[in-house]
Amino acid sequence: MMVWVDPRQMGVDQQVGLLFVLLFGVLLLATAAVTLLALRRGTDSADPRHARLLGDLRDLWVGALVFWVAWVSGPVGATLAFGIFSFLALREFITLAPTRRSDHRSLILAFFVVLPLQYVLVGSRSFDLFTVFIPVYVFLAIPVISALAGDPERFLERNAKIQWGITVCVYGLSHAPALLLLEFRRDEGRGAFLVFFLVVVVAAAQIAQELMSRWLRRRPVARHIDRSFSVRAWLAGALAAAGLGALLFWITPFEAPQALAMAFIAGGAGTLGEFVMKALKKDAGVRFWGNRASITGAVGLLDRVAPLCFAAPVFFHSVRWFFQFSG
Amino acid sequence: MSLADAAGTLLALIARLITGAQGHWKGCPPMAEQRIYFANHQSHLDWVLIWAALPHDLRASTRPIAARDYWTSSRFKQWLTSEVFRAVYVSRTRAQGSTGSVTDDQDPLEPLVDALQGGDSLVIFPEGTRSLKGEPVPFKSGLYHLAQQFPGVRLVPTWIDNVQRVMPKGEVVPVPILCTVTFGAPLALQDGEDKRAFLDRARAAVLALRPPAP
Repeated sequence: MMVWVDPRQMGVDQQVGLLFVLLFGVLLLATAAVTLLALRRGTDSADPRHARLLGDLRDLWVGALVFWVAWVSGPVGATLAFGIFSFLALREFITLAPTRRSDHRSLILAFFVVLPLQYVLVGSRSFDLFTVFIPVYVFLAIPVISALAGDPERFLERNAKIQWGITVCVYGLSHAPALLLLEFRRDEGRGAFLVFFLVVVVAAAQIAQELMSRWLRRRPVARHIDRSFSVRAWLAGALAAAGLGALLFWITPFEAPQALAMAFIAGGAGTLGEFVMKALKKDAGVRFWGNRASITGAVGLLDRVAPLCFAAPVFFHSVRWFFQFSG
Repeated sequence: MSLADAAGTLLALIARLITGAQGHWKGCPPMAEQRIYFANHQSHLDWVLIWAALPHDLRASTRPIAARDYWTSSRFKQWLTSEVFRAVYVSRTRAQGSTGSVTDDQDPLEPLVDALQGGDSLVIFPEGTRSLKGEPVPFKSGLYHLAQQFPGVRLVPTWIDNVQRVMPKGEVVPVPILCTVTFGAPLALQDGEDKRAFLDRARAAVLALRPPAP
């Protein structure tokens, strides 16, 4: 016999547990559905659409598992997991942004000093330093190291690329574990919900925008960057995120209207970030983002986390700002 | 698992973390047959990259070439080359190039011949030295002599891409940048083929694997 327990009456740990049960349940169902569909239709695995779907599902599984491991292992584990994501994303970014030999020292600084330090700052909850470390100190340090290498050719361009990579892949993404470690006066240990909320809401915005752009068939705003991006589709994505966010308000420290607003902001920022990354890829000359064209193996992680890299800082500061006033 | 095995696994893991070390088997599948992989040579990391790109069970039987005077000069280097990588040592009798060089002498080839007779696969860099211009320099003749003596060993052309960005000459710390190792279709020495013609053909086969610039 089923007993309906109000989730709000459970402890935080139980709630998170329930969340994971739901998450893995949905994934299990989706995987079963895809497998059954493939069996019934008799599609061979060579079908690219089917293969892509399977690939997406596998990524979701990996993502969910990482998320779970991060939660189980506490703040250290989460910080470490996102630190590794940052590392891999920055690696992809730098691979696509051709640098010169004289950038070597700057890159070493970026990968082996800036990145670990930023995550140490997150892990130790030094939120004040953590928000200014990269925009203020690293902003100066990188060009200084570069200038010391004594190569003036395309100086601004090279430095801008490295700075951008650090800002997106390290600074942006490090806000996700920072959410996990935010402390609220009312509820302890609810950070995991905020990260989950952010990820789900951003994903919903992406999916809704993709579907709407197919259905609406509007004239793209910037056809040379993205054939499917239109203002309406973007708005639809952000609104879908808002709707889902409002439905999920019970897992966050917000009330329903606040959750709606926060989800709108996060979802909208995420899809805009994805749009910007598309422009960047076009600039880097990666037209076809399929596996075949991936000469350097830069296939994927940056693509998957880019929306999060842009949405996380916006969301983080919205949350902080909000609770400073109403906490 | 011995210490050397563990060190090998760790090194391969680090190489993958830094460079991805993706192996693209375009011309032949990874198989447990006797092979000579011949590749372009741009960095000290080349060997580690190929090694990390190989499936785990092929690593034990695939060996690099190491210059005896340099790689036995300290206990650590000796341990690394002999225990971890099982390198084939060659003596640089004539001051020819750097690690992995195969000279015109018949003599330096002898250790390689021994290794091939023992059933192992080899990785060689027929340019003899690291080329920094991007395009490989003309190949030295060692590959030809080995192909003549061991017609049963598959010769696999290999292109290592992007590695010069990971660790430019003179730097010690590698920067994480994605690299690929592309293995092409095996090459065979044809009847009566001229030495120079074969070496040029081998070089062209390696160069043909270079991915188009994005």
